[in-house]
Amino acid sequence: MGRKLLFENVQVEGIRGYDVYRREGGYRSVEKALGEMTPDQVTDEVKKSGLRGRGGAGFPTGMKWSFIAKPEGVPRHLVCNADESEPGTFKDRYLMEFLPHLLIEGLIVSSYALGSHVTYIYVRGEYSWVIDILETAIGEAKANGWLGNNILDKGFDLEIYVHRGAGAYICGEETALLESLEGKRGLPRIKPPFPAVKGVWDRPTVVNNVETLAAVVPIILIGGEEYSKIGVGKSTGTKLISACGNINKPGVYEIDMTISVEDFVYSDEYCGGIPKGKKMKACIPGGSSVPILPANLLLKTAKGEKRLMNYESLSDGGFVKGSMLGSGGFIVLDEDQCVVKHTLTLARFYHHESCGQCSPCREGTGWMEKILRNIDTGKGKMSDIDLLWDIQRRIEGNTICPLGDAAAWPVAAAIRHFRDEFEWHVLNPEESQKRNYGLAHYADPLEPAVAAV
Amino acid sequence: MNHPVFPPDKLAKVKELITHYPEGKQKSAILPILHIAQDNFGGWLSTETMDYVAEILNILPVEVYEVATFYSMCNVKPVGKYVFEVCQTGPCMINGSEEIIQYIKDTLHINVGETTNDGLFTLKTVECLGACGYAPMMQLGKFYREHLTKGKVDAIIEECKKTAATNN
Amino acid sequence: MAEEKKLFKVTIDNITVEVEPGTTILNAARRIGGDVAPPAMCYYTTLKGSGGKCRTCLVEVAAGSTADPRPMPKLVASCRTNVMDGMVVKNVTSEKALDARKGIVEFLLINHPLDCPICDQAGECSLQDLSYEHGTEGTRYTFNRRVFEKHDIGPYIQLHMTRCILCYRCVYVADQLTNRREHGILDRGDHSEIATYIHKALENDFIGNVIDVCPVGALTDKTFRFKNRVWFLKPLDAHRDCPRCSGKVTLWNRGEEVFRVTARKDQWGEVKDFICNECRFEKKKTADWVIEGPTRIDRHSVISGNHYVDTVAPKETLPEVMGGRKPKLLMDINQVSEVNRKDIDLSGIQGPAHSVDFEKENS
Repeated sequence: MGRKLLFENVQVEGIRGYDVYRREGGYRSVEKALGEMTPDQVTDEVKKSGLRGRGGAGFPTGMKWSFIAKPEGVPRHLVCNADESEPGTFKDRYLMEFLPHLLIEGLIVSSYALGSHVTYIYVRGEYSWVIDILETAIGEAKANGWLGNNILDKGFDLEIYVHRGAGAYICGEETALLESLEGKRGLPRIKPPFPAVKGVWDRPTVVNNVETLAAVVPIILIGGEEYSKIGVGKSTGTKLISACGNINKPGVYEIDMTISVEDFVYSDEYCGGIPKGKKMKACIPGGSSVPILPANLLLKTAKGEKRLMNYESLSDGGFVKGSMLGSGGFIVLDEDQCVVKHTLTLARFYHHESCGQCSPCREGTGWMEKILRNIDTGKGKMSDIDLLWDIQRRIEGNTICPLGDAAAWPVAAAIRHFRDEFEWHVLNPEESQKRNYGLAHYADPLEPAVAAV
Repeated sequence: MNHPVFPPDKLAKVKELITHYPEGKQKSAILPILHIAQDNFGGWLSTETMDYVAEILNILPVEVYEVATFYSMCNVKPVGKYVFEVCQTGPCMINGSEEIIQYIKDTLHINVGETTNDGLFTLKTVECLGACGYAPMMQLGKFYREHLTKGKVDAIIEECKKTAATNN
Repeated sequence: MAEEKKLFKVTIDNITVEVEPGTTILNAARRIGGDVAPPAMCYYTTLKGSGGKCRTCLVEVAAGSTADPRPMPKLVASCRTNVMDGMVVKNVTSEKALDARKGIVEFLLINHPLDCPICDQAGECSLQDLSYEHGTEGTRYTFNRRVFEKHDIGPYIQLHMTRCILCYRCVYVADQLTNRREHGILDRGDHSEIATYIHKALENDFIGNVIDVCPVGALTDKTFRFKNRVWFLKPLDAHRDCPRCSGKVTLWNRGEEVFRVTARKDQWGEVKDFICNECRFEKKKTADWVIEGPTRIDRHSVISGNHYVDTVAPKETLPEVMGGRKPKLLMDINQVSEVNRKDIDLSGIQGPAHSVDFEKENS
């Protein structure tokens, strides 16, 4: 049983409301931070904790905070990125829906550290009921003196506003989010300048994910050093994983990052195994953008060691034999799933969500979708597979923002690990419309690694 | 359509939203206001509605058109009273979203993007709505309908028809 | 005495130049000139905020600066990246950059209609140049090309959305030069289009400049539509006293007849002095203008038809001199077309060229 830092009280009845949340020890981190610590000390604790951005990129949060420019007389802003839209990821929604005060508490402490007096939560537009929950919670917090002017008589002023998006995955990219917050089309900015220098309305801005900001609460309560002892290596603390696909118990789990992928998939505490006794074929362990892995490579690293649910272990082997923890959207595919079709849905997703600003992504994502549709419907050619590879290769790294990479990686990984399935579709155009390729050898144990001579 | 005007309570809400942003940056309120406008003026944004929003925010009309056509939740064409937005991305596809979409098509006799003749239902397919663990799912108005089955779809359609009948 | 500014040394394709801090890699490369300068389809010096979008100017940074000589992990957009002291950049000497550029050209062309034979921009089109120089023959795209609903945007400007590469330059022109922007980029992704949404005519003063900044044939001069081919016309520098703009233009003549008026473009195809709508659309008589002389056209252009004016022949291009770069042959129009004959020196003809000049020489 792993330690719970965020979800400790999630089962407590009425925890969504202020009174219960406070009774269970809520807002103590605000008392501690504002009462006993300077803003820089708060930042130091976050640095010591080793907390890494939970939105997908895994950038050290404390370092990000320390980059914020502090020009005289220019307001600074903290913006909470709640534009959760990565397929497979629904952890932030769960956190905001059930523990809205935890996020607000984290926002107050973080705003204090960064010197933000007006902080925004950019919530994806579709989560409309979540917005009501957040606004209610903000109202309660304000009524109880945690927001507004001169909080706890410590001279710190803060307002938190919820900003509702309107349906655009690209706004999860921090500069597109800032453009959207300014009331424009969500087009990623060309960097530099970085948001820490010129963010929203040209003011220094830090953008952090919901889970990241919520994690600041336990960091302040138990101390950065204590937090950093949980987990392993540079994967400190706990991580929320949203598990979905072909598993018995889909849902959001808080894990400490020492458990193995195998335990996570098969133990009853977490996913509870694959339904109907089927075998796992493949898995996308960190949201749709990260490379898909066949089951055998997922459970064990190329060196034959147990793969763990953390940043380093999941990316062990690079993109050739590994993947990424990403945003923690864990998608499991069982033996009945077709990788070609699944890749097609992801390609369609990125095509739909491309903002259209830069040419490789605008033109390339649509092209990949069309080719994948041909292969999926039995109209593909062998050369299409190589063409797909070439297109993704020329999108990756050449775009303004990471959406290009995110669109390229799933296609690349699918071809890399499941090329035989693509070829089978091309060679068996009729049969491929009636049945799936099946499991092939993807779930077989890996060959023992041969030592280099 | 005549020049649309927000009722007083909505207008007050709009004015309040604008105060969330620094002075001179009122354009920032555009998305929240477009949501209110869409809810208030028939579920979609006509040119008149968008011009009205531009007037409120004191920005060029084309700035509103640019924004409204960018975001997928802004309907710039009329839609039915109930819009079924069914997710079709990977995790939902694994759990049978295609059958659900087909079932809705067959039941309502419309294709994706179309509205029923009585103007009650529109079927849209959307990309990931962040409910992958509760797939297949769709958005209906403010809320998500999750773990969809054919039976649940039937019940939802009945529920909508009933609400529409009592409201008329 | 002005304080001496410290200059940054930057090496691009093995050639070192000194530039002022704040200069972009692209502008430093343009200082060197030739094919060291990366192609730019969306960047436009005089338009604030432009650049970074088309990705054709991607280059490899082999060393970030003297202080931090690590290479940059990704190719960077040279138009939006400032040089650092001691930076080492590879453009045409970088396989990676050239391969990426080839990919970008392909992406830009997959949905392009390739209707050059009926496009007024042909002959002065940046996308044509880019394709010749960096593209491949043939296409791997087998699907239907993108189409758009047609929009009429008024009596002056012809919009062909299918040809657009979404460089956003015209949006910046409307924002920065006219008093009220009426058009913008609507929709998202590969459906994005230039439109007014409400089918409005674009008639603001100075809006005609969108024609000159458009790198392709998406926005062309309606008053010149299908009237002539640019390479049949003789460009002349001319001016007039204009109360609204500089009045410095290029006339595109055949005989005494003015076929069209454009602003003057520099060697990178950029306009420095934008012109008003009256100069562009209303002054179509040679008598309206004071003619200064033939416009200097880049020798690579099909418009010059290889008739150089005051140009210096290139030096010997030994590989050593080129510093690892290979000499590059651009298309020789005379090998492809018999229309512009080598023996006629356009700039040798006194005054405007007439069709009789061509016939006379021909007989």
